[in-house]
Amino acid sequence: MNLGSGALGEIASRAVSDYSNFLREYLIVGLFGVLAFATVATFIGLARVFRPDRPTAAKIENYESGVDPVGDGWSQSQIRYYIFALLFVMFDVEAVFIFPWAVGLEQFGVFGLVEMVIFIFILALGLAYAWRKGVLRWV
Amino acid sequence: MMLAVEWFWLDWPWWADTVVRLIFAIVVVLLPAGVTVYLYLFKMVSFMQSRLGPMEAGPYGSMQLLAEVGKNLQKEDIFPAKADRRVFALAPYVVLLSTFLLAVVIPFGPQATFINLDTGVFFALAVSSVSVVGVIMAGWASASKYSLLGGLRAAGQLIAYELPLILAVVGVVIQAGTLNLQGIVTAQTEGEIFGFGGLGNPYFFTQFIGFFIFLVAVQAELTQVPFDMPIAESELVSGYMTEYSGFRFLMFFIGEFATANIFAFLGATLFLGGWQVPPFVHDLLGVDANWQYFNLIGPGVMLAKMLLLTFVVYWVRFTFPRFREDQLQKFAWKFLIPLSLLNIAVTGAFKVWL
Repeated sequence: MNLGSGALGEIASRAVSDYSNFLREYLIVGLFGVLAFATVATFIGLARVFRPDRPTAAKIENYESGVDPVGDGWSQSQIRYYIFALLFVMFDVEAVFIFPWAVGLEQFGVFGLVEMVIFIFILALGLAYAWRKGVLRWV
Repeated sequence: MMLAVEWFWLDWPWWADTVVRLIFAIVVVLLPAGVTVYLYLFKMVSFMQSRLGPMEAGPYGSMQLLAEVGKNLQKEDIFPAKADRRVFALAPYVVLLSTFLLAVVIPFGPQATFINLDTGVFFALAVSSVSVVGVIMAGWASASKYSLLGGLRAAGQLIAYELPLILAVVGVVIQAGTLNLQGIVTAQTEGEIFGFGGLGNPYFFTQFIGFFIFLVAVQAELTQVPFDMPIAESELVSGYMTEYSGFRFLMFFIGEFATANIFAFLGATLFLGGWQVPPFVHDLLGVDANWQYFNLIGPGVMLAKMLLLTFVVYWVRFTFPRFREDQLQKFAWKFLIPLSLLNIAVTGAFKVWL
């Protein structure tokens, strides 16, 4: 089985200058992030020149359809979001495992396919269990 | 054919090359957003609803977008008294950050890429969920009940539809055998349908289930109408954006529509053959797949495919009524996720045995 074409194998076999190019790619990712912040900051900064700034007590009140706001804005919310978040974490980790397999499927052949079908079956079993327990029901 | 185009990117110093890339990044993110907002959100919806839409600003209202920007520039930037000011101010930055990072990996030609990451698809799916953080920040920091509910709904929806999105793309990765977006484009160009290679093999033929799941999940990720629970205006005023005003509000708006375009670019790359024209055109022109001038033609091809996909997004948006929150979660967990798991297994079996 030739796994030398994977990302790690490639890094190991590259010369130093190639490795520097590899890091430069991620430097561009960082620069894109900086660019996003700069774009938003430019627009909002530009608006600072034109916009008025006269906050009054009524204006900076929270909006609750025009009546005086009741209580604190940070009210309690439903626990069911938490359970869905837990389910999400389970499936997201699964996705991390599926991607390397999907790339290498041609090399793994039938063995890899059977392995992954078992893996997916176990996950589906977990989903079926949650389904059966009524966790997926939004009451 | 090594003529005029080659000098443009090959022999530049790295810093100049990077500056050009960054300028193109702003063009790629903001320009299509403006085009689709005017074309689809202003005009197409108007015609669908038997009205004219904006007509006053410029010919056929084409300058309406500039007028909107001018209007929002002059609006007061209101911070609610109870809000967590720093997080409240930071939230639009995070949403736009996700949009820009998503654009990094999209290829527009054989050499016309921002960067050609080996793990392109994986990177795109990872950064696309950064926007959830921005939305929760906005909802939480506003200290308003509408905002909080909207933020939580958005979080619940985005994570529920993140999974079908990821699992739908796995089918494409299995077929192409690579995570590199450029490699996926090449695989579609070199592919054949029953021995006929004239169209290549754009994956919406073989991955039509994945394509359907991808479109639905993207619609939900963008919180466009059948899935617009987080900003449902008849229930939550404007959801997590309720307390925002002026240009900070407009940044969320721009982020939403720019992300729609970038997702359409991504969908075009994964399912419609990317920047590449159908291979029979190569034979007609007598060129090979990596012809220099595809660096100039590619962005146009991508734009056409992007407009096609965003058309579908807006068409659905203006056609369907809103889901209820429980229906929305049920659709993701009980239909889309099992379907996409099945899609992966079937695609894997076809890949191994055919």
